[in-house]
Amino acid sequence: MKVRFQLNNEKRSLDVEPNDVLFDVLRDKIGLKSPKCGCDRGDCGACSILLNGKSVRSCLVLAAEIEGANIVTVEGIGQTDLSPVQKAFLDKNAFQCGYCAPGMIIAATELLEHNKHPNAHEVREALSGNLCRCTGYTPIIEAVCQARGRKS
Amino acid sequence: MPIAHEYEYLKPTSVAEAVDILSRFENNVRCLAGGTDLIVHLKENVVRPAAVVDIKAIPELSGIKMQGNELRIGALVTFSEIIHSAEIKKHFPVLVEAAETVASVGVRNRATLVGNICSAVPSLDAAPVLLIYDAQVVVRGKNGERSISIHDWFTGPKKTSKAADELVTHVIVNKPLEKHAAAYVKLGRYRGEDLAQAGVAVMLTDNKNYRIATCALGPIAKRAPKVEAALNSHTPSKKTFEDAAKFILSEISPITDIRASKEYREHMAVVMTRRALEAAMARLLGKTVDVASILGG
Repeated sequence: MKVRFQLNNEKRSLDVEPNDVLFDVLRDKIGLKSPKCGCDRGDCGACSILLNGKSVRSCLVLAAEIEGANIVTVEGIGQTDLSPVQKAFLDKNAFQCGYCAPGMIIAATELLEHNKHPNAHEVREALSGNLCRCTGYTPIIEAVCQARGRKS
Repeated sequence: MPIAHEYEYLKPTSVAEAVDILSRFENNVRCLAGGTDLIVHLKENVVRPAAVVDIKAIPELSGIKMQGNELRIGALVTFSEIIHSAEIKKHFPVLVEAAETVASVGVRNRATLVGNICSAVPSLDAAPVLLIYDAQVVVRGKNGERSISIHDWFTGPKKTSKAADELVTHVIVNKPLEKHAAAYVKLGRYRGEDLAQAGVAVMLTDNKNYRIATCALGPIAKRAPKVEAALNSHTPSKKTFEDAAKFILSEISPITDIRASKEYREHMAVVMTRRALEAAMARLLGKTVDVASILGG
């Protein structure tokens, strides 16, 4: 079956099977490598993407479902210049191995889109579904707090 | 992990069309809304349906609507929509409180309340609150529409009284006419994304009526009539709550699993019932209680 959708500001059309998972399609058919596979069952957040402006687990979305949808991955954030969240992650050195970073950036981008000035509790709550197995949460939370209120 | 098994993907645009598909495939079909349970089950071969019916193109299943004292939650309403609904926050704040304990933002953006009750796992956070409000689950099948009381809905772990060819269209929750307050307390291994080790919802009204419901403390989520009987018509007080909370032990049958032992669940069920009652009483008196803080952690 054919699905038409918008991906990182580009119109796309793709042949997919009913049992294709969006995560696999993004990485293997389209070649976008920012979504990562951590748990493959929606618990870790490493595969997060924005689907119609909302963060979702791409490992729990069928490719068949995205007809007409607008999808943004980290490749589509800050295409011309790094976004405030991305800059803050660099400033705060909020990466250790970096595996969770794309999911963290997606979750933080969604949060700041709807809440320009989240407090530290709201930042933690927004990131609570994204696991960092290096346990480097402190600089990640500091980075999101630094990014809040900055113009994108 | 790809899904190994093949199925037909169907996307009906009306309830009638969906019901037709459900009856055509009999038991060999699954409905897809948020997919946060179904897609895991497809990947892990827990289910191998001949068809997956994506119900997201059926407009009738969307939306939150308040009419008079009656709240209608469509089958496609996600936990995020519940959390951000001004009407629900105003009239049913405890529903928001329960929705906020479900997983995390990325899951709540897709997972639906109706999907949660259809999964009917013992730990489902949506159930205790629906139970204290005597919610109705409205389903449509080939023979028309019927309304199932939430008290008759759960028939066993992962089992409901819905027939295979019926589709849940919405849930109805009525706001009690008397002044009331409620609380939902969830115990997890840590604050943040986790399934409930135990969950207790309570409601108390101005005229001393009490409602108590639990999840993750037995094979199904259910009310606790013995605790309610010990409380009804009694003036709320710490002592009354302490004495009545003990009756919860005769209403639950928890198991030991990876998340908690039977003994721990029993101990905490008493503590949580008492503290949930205290939180609801404080709210009835107009105080603000952050329920996330009452179990510490």
